[in-house]
Amino acid sequence: MTLQDLIVVLPTVLLSVWAVVLLVVDLWIPAGRKGMTALLAAIGAAASLGVNLMLIGMDYPDTGFGGMAVLDGFSIFANILILGSALLGIAVAYDYNRRTGIERGEYYVLLLLSSAGMMLIVQAYNLIVVFLALELLSIPLYILSGFARPQPKSEESALKYFLLGAFASAFFLYGAALVYGGSQHLDFPGILAAFQGAGGPSLALMVVGAGLILVSLGFKVSAVPFHMWTPDVYHGAPSPVTAWMSVAVKVAGIGVLLRVFIVAFPTIAADMQPVLWGVAALTMVVGNLLAVVQSNIKRLLAYSSIAHVGYLLMAFVPYGNGEVVGSAVTASLFYLLAYGLTSFAAWGVVIAAEQSEGRGLELEDYAGLGRKYPWLGVAMMVAMFSFAGIPLTLGFWGKFYVFQVAIQGGAVGLAVIGILASLLSAYYYLRVLVMMYMRPGEPAARRESWLGLVTIGSAVAVVLLALIPGSIIDLASQALLRLP
Amino acid sequence: MNPLLLVTFFPLVGVIVIMLMKPESKDAIRWVALATSLATFGISLWLLALFNPADPNLQWVYDLPWASSGAGGLQIRLSMGVDGMSLLLVLLTTLLTPISILSAWASVQDRVKTFMLFFLLLEVGMVGVFLATDLVLFFLFWEFTLVPMYFLIGIWGGERRIYAALKFFVFTMAGSVLMLLAILYMGLQAGTFYLPELIANRGAFSGAALWLFLAFAAAFAIKVPMWPFHTWLPDAHVEAPTAGSVILAGVLLKMGTYGFLRFNLPLFPEISLQAAPWIAGLAVIGILYGAFVSYSQRDMKKLVAYSSVSHLGFVMLGIFAMNEQGISGAVLQMVNHGLSTGALFLIVGMLYDRRHTRDMAAFGGVWKVMPLLGALMLIVTLSSMGLPGLNGFVGEFTILLGAFGSSVIGSPWLAGLATVGVILAAVYLLELFERVFLGAQRNPETAGMRDINLREGLLLLPLLVLIFWIGLYPKPFFDLINPSVEQLVALIQTTAVAIR
Repeated sequence: MTLQDLIVVLPTVLLSVWAVVLLVVDLWIPAGRKGMTALLAAIGAAASLGVNLMLIGMDYPDTGFGGMAVLDGFSIFANILILGSALLGIAVAYDYNRRTGIERGEYYVLLLLSSAGMMLIVQAYNLIVVFLALELLSIPLYILSGFARPQPKSEESALKYFLLGAFASAFFLYGAALVYGGSQHLDFPGILAAFQGAGGPSLALMVVGAGLILVSLGFKVSAVPFHMWTPDVYHGAPSPVTAWMSVAVKVAGIGVLLRVFIVAFPTIAADMQPVLWGVAALTMVVGNLLAVVQSNIKRLLAYSSIAHVGYLLMAFVPYGNGEVVGSAVTASLFYLLAYGLTSFAAWGVVIAAEQSEGRGLELEDYAGLGRKYPWLGVAMMVAMFSFAGIPLTLGFWGKFYVFQVAIQGGAVGLAVIGILASLLSAYYYLRVLVMMYMRPGEPAARRESWLGLVTIGSAVAVVLLALIPGSIIDLASQALLRLP
Repeated sequence: MNPLLLVTFFPLVGVIVIMLMKPESKDAIRWVALATSLATFGISLWLLALFNPADPNLQWVYDLPWASSGAGGLQIRLSMGVDGMSLLLVLLTTLLTPISILSAWASVQDRVKTFMLFFLLLEVGMVGVFLATDLVLFFLFWEFTLVPMYFLIGIWGGERRIYAALKFFVFTMAGSVLMLLAILYMGLQAGTFYLPELIANRGAFSGAALWLFLAFAAAFAIKVPMWPFHTWLPDAHVEAPTAGSVILAGVLLKMGTYGFLRFNLPLFPEISLQAAPWIAGLAVIGILYGAFVSYSQRDMKKLVAYSSVSHLGFVMLGIFAMNEQGISGAVLQMVNHGLSTGALFLIVGMLYDRRHTRDMAAFGGVWKVMPLLGALMLIVTLSSMGLPGLNGFVGEFTILLGAFGSSVIGSPWLAGLATVGVILAAVYLLELFERVFLGAQRNPETAGMRDINLREGLLLLPLLVLIFWIGLYPKPFFDLINPSVEQLVALIQTTAVAIR
C-alpha cells in the first residue's frame, strides 16, 4: 500500500479506524454517560468530513489499490452527503436513545461503520469492492434496525431486513459472476474495455448480469418492485435509525448505481433503458399511491421515500446518452441533497413527536401540533412542501432538475407519469398539514436542543438554499464522475 | 431599486415585522399588515404615474441571471417587466389586498398573526405572477400562491374547509404540473426561459405546439375556471373566509385569464387560432351554465361563486375573439369582475357576520334595517349584471362587440348565445337582491341587524368609485390597455395571414 492508495480512501479509512477505536473506548464510558460516545462519534465523522473537504482543493490521485478504488468529484460530493447525514443522524439519535432506554455505545459505532461502507461503495471501482462495501454498509444496518429489542416490531424489522438483504446480496454476487463470465473483468474500466475488444463479450451474459446487479441495488434503494421490506423496516426500526438510513443508504445506493452503470455498462444502455424506464415509473406511481392510504407517519414517509427514489431513477434512465449523462449526475446529486435535508426536517419532527413504546406516530396524533409547537410545525410544513415539490423549497428545484434531465433525455412520457404521481403526493403531504394546522388536538412533543437544531436547521436550509439553486447546481456539476 | 422589484417584494417588509411581533398584540399586527398593503398600493400608483401608456412594450424591464439550470448553459433569470395589461392587474391586486385585510379586521380573531403573514405572502405571489417575464420565475410565483391560499381556506374557512382547501390545492396543481413540463420542454428546445425570446424563437418548439398549448391551457383553464374544470371553485369560495373569497375571485381567477393572454396567445398563435372556436364554445357554455346554476342557489356565497363562472366565461370569450375589441374588453372585464364580485363577496360577508347564515331564505326586508348597505348592494348588483353607466356594461359590451365581429370564432351565434347570459345575470342577481333586501322580514332576527359601520363603508367606497368611473369614463383604462393589446393582435394577424 502506497501513500497514494491511502489518500484515495483516506476519509473512509479514518472513519473506520475511529469507529473501531471508539468501540474499545466505549467500554470505559459509564452506562449513564453515553453522550460521550455520541460526541466522540460525531467528532470522528466531522474529522472525516474535514479531510474529505480538504481533498477538494488538492491535486489528489485518481485511483488507488491497483484501480480498485477511485477518488473523484463525484465521490467527494457523495461523501459530503453521507458524512453530513451521519452527523445529523447522531444528533437526532442522542436524546431519543436516552429517553427510550436504548442508549448503548454500539449505536454510534455501528452508524460510523455503516457510513464507512457507504463511502467505500461510492468510491468502488471494482465489483468485488462494491460487494465488500455493500456488506459493510448493510450488516450494521440490520443490527441498528433491531436496536430497540426486545420490542417485537424492531426485532421483526431487523430479521426481515436481514433475510431480504442477504437475498439481495446473493443477487449481486450472481450478477457480478455473470459479468465476469462475459467479460473476464471485475474492474469497471476492464468491463467497459471488454465491449470494445474483438467480438466483445456475450451480450446476453452482460445484460442479465447487469440486470441482477440492478435488482440488488434496487433493493438497497427500495425501488419498486423490490421495495416490500421498506415500510416494515422503516416502521419497526428506531426512528433516528430510519431518519438516518432513509437518507444515507439512498445516497450510497444511487451513487453506486450511477457509477456502475455509467462507467461499466454504457454500451448496453439501449437494453437497460426500457427496464429502468419501467422501474422508475413503477417506483414513482406505486410509492405515491401506497403512501396515500397510510395512517402512520413512519409508513407514510417510508412510501414517500420510495417515491423519491423513483424521481432519482427517472433522471438515471437516459444514462447512456452522452450529452445528458452529465446533467443526470448533477441533477441526481442535487436531488439527493434536497431529499436529505428535507428528510431530516421531517424525521426530526417525527422523532420529537414520538412517545414511549411507539405511540404518537399516527397521523391523528399530529392534530394541533402546528399550533402548540410553531417551530416544529413550520419545519414539518417546509418539509412537506419540499417533498411535494412546491416552489421556494429545495425540493422544487430537485424536481425541476430531474424532470429537465428526463425531458432532455427524451423520456417525456416518463416525465408526464412522474409529474402526475407528484400530484398524488401533494394529497398525502397536505394531509399531514391538515392534521397539524386545521384540526384541534392536544399533542405532546419533546423539546431538545440537538434535535431541534437539526430539525429547524434543515428546514431553514431547505428554504434558504432554494434561493440560490444556481450555486448548488454549479457545485454539483463540478462533481464529475471519473470516466476511464 | 427597480420599482417592479419594490412593488413585488415590499409586502415582505410587513412579513418580517409581523414575524417579530407577539401573537397576542392582534391590533398592532392588523395595523402593520394594513399599512404594508396600503404602502404597496401606493407604490403601484407611483408605478402608474411613471408608466408611459403609449409604449406597447414591457417597461422597466428588470433582468438578472439567477441560476443556471444545469443543462446546456440554460439560464433561469430574475426578470420582470410591465405593460398596460399587467399594470392594471397589479393595481387591482394591490387595491384588493388592503381591502381584504380591512375586511378581516373583526371577523378574523383566531391566529391573527398567521393570517396576516399568509395574506402578505399571497400578495407577493400574486403581484409576481403578473410581472414575471421568465417562465420559471412565473411558475415559482404561480405555484407559490397556492400555499397561503390553501391555509387561508383551510384554517379560517367554514365547516367543510379542509375538503375545500385540499380540492383547491390539488385541482390547481393538477394543471400547473403539466405546465411545468411544458416550460421545461420549451426552455430546452429554444434555449431560454425568457418570454420575449421564447416568442421570437417559437419555431424551435412548433413541432409540439399543440401539446404545449394544451399543457398551458390546462393550468389556466382550471384557474379561470372554465367549464368543465370549475368544480373546485364553488367549494373553495363558499368555505373561504370573506377576505379569501375576495382575493380568490378578484385576483387569483384573473391569473388564469392573464395566463391565456400572456402565454398561450403569443407563444402559440397558430394553435390559438385553431382552438379559438372550441374555447369560445366552452366559454359560452360556461356563461350559460354558470348563470343557470347561480339561479338555483339558496346560498348567497354559492350564487356569487357560480356567477364568477359565468362572468369569467365572458372574459374567455373576449380573449379568444382575438381581435382588439374582444381582448381589450376582456382585460377591462377582468378588472370589473374583480371590483363587482369583490364587492358582492364583501357584502355577503357583512350579512354573514351579522346573522351567521348565508341562506337567502333567512333574510328578506333587510333594506328597511340596513338602508345604506341596501343602496350599495343595489349599485353593485346593477354593476355586476351590466347596467349601462356602470363598469360591467362597458366590459361586456366591448367583449360582445368583439365576439360578434370575430373572424376567428367564425360565427356570430356564439356571441348571440352569450348575450342571453347577460339577461340571465339580471335574473339571478335581481333574485338575490329581492330575496335578501326586499319583501317582508321573514325572520325576526332581521329587525335587529344594524347598518354598516364606518370600516365597512370604507371597504366598499373605493370599489364603488371605480365602478362609476369605469362605467362613465372608461377611456383612461382603455388607453392603458390598448397599446399592448394592439401589439398582441398584430402578432396574431400576421400569423393568421401566414396560415392562409
